Amino acid sequence: MSILHARGVVRAYGHTPALRGVTLNLTEGEIVAVTGPSGCGKSTLLHCMAGILRPDAGEMIYRDQRIDTLSEGERSRLRRTEFGVLFQFGQLVSELTAAENVALPLLLAGTGRRAARTAALSWLDRLGVADLADQRPGEMSGGQQQRCALARTLVTEPRVLFCDEPTGALDSLTGEQVLSHLVRVARQQRTTVLLVTHDAQVAGYADREVALRDGQVDSSGFGVEVAGR
Amino acid sequence: MSTPYVLMGLLAGGPKHGYDLKRAHDARLPRAKPLAFGQVYATLGRLARDGLVTPAGQDQDAGPERTSYTLTDTGRTALTTWLATVEPPLPHLTSVLLAKVVVSLLVTDISQARSYLVTQRAAHMARLRELTALKADPDATLSDVIAADYGIAHLDADLRWLQTTLSRVADLNKEIAR
Repeated sequence: MSILHARGVVRAYGHTPALRGVTLNLTEGEIVAVTGPSGCGKSTLLHCMAGILRPDAGEMIYRDQRIDTLSEGERSRLRRTEFGVLFQFGQLVSELTAAENVALPLLLAGTGRRAARTAALSWLDRLGVADLADQRPGEMSGGQQQRCALARTLVTEPRVLFCDEPTGALDSLTGEQVLSHLVRVARQQRTTVLLVTHDAQVAGYADREVALRDGQVDSSGFGVEVAGR
Repeated sequence: MSTPYVLMGLLAGGPKHGYDLKRAHDARLPRAKPLAFGQVYATLGRLARDGLVTPAGQDQDAGPERTSYTLTDTGRTALTTWLATVEPPLPHLTSVLLAKVVVSLLVTDISQARSYLVTQRAAHMARLRELTALKADPDATLSDVIAADYGIAHLDADLRWLQTTLSRVADLNKEIAR
């Protein structure tokens, strides 16, 4: 069943086109990797699908509802309740402990302090970093920070998780641990995942791959012109 | 061929008979080309003939009598020498993949070349996903993970090389078209 559908999405930065009519359908519970070389538009697509950017043209449909026409406030609410976004650098709040960071989205949504902390501890535990609950980001390794950031993204139990190069700043073994946790939890929760990466090994965790080239879906998968001579 | 040395390596920990060797081989190299029982016994025969292993007794656990083998001093020296010998890194830049891609880029039928390259890439990605799933399986053994890592790293290298090759060809085509 379709959960999020980008239809003919166009987006430019000034006069520079980033997306030129991208159509992509995500079904519930699937993990899709969006790949392609730098500048192909994959991060812009993620931002549009996550409701962070508004497309210049085309439609974005989440569970039969147009979301590209929603106000900034409505899209922001959607991001807090239905979507989760994880970037390359987890962007934890440096003054807060891991547990406080993970509890933050729940507190902002109105959950009581005690319940938010309990949920935060539970998610830290599921991601294998329960022992870091009272540590601040500066006291953690990059991999530990990213697992805490993942816990913070998952604590609201999003239906769609957007990950932009989530392991791009990590060494391969640490990145593998983060991805393994991400995929395991997504499968358990039936969370749909859009995984933006330029790395084939990361794309290997997805159920399928969609490659972009110059702002369009590239059916060859290569992201470059495939021509014989 | 590394099979004789792999078998000698498995005997380095103590005597084993052919059946145990076959099981140990499959456990340590779970994704390797299958090793037939016949090949184990034939290899043991050759190793014994060359004085690298020697019979170490007979076992009979509710079944046929089986001969255990142990590594001789000569065998241990041969194993040490093999382990200390550096493998020549890519002495010849040849592979079927390399040859096919080069020929694809030479042929005049662009759609045929494109079709091959796209299908080959999809096959590589499918295998990459398969090995990634195998590695991520909570029941995977360390040997499974090590074997999957080996395959994934090689597939990834092939994919990067394919991508770079096509980028180079695309750049060249643009230059010629100018």
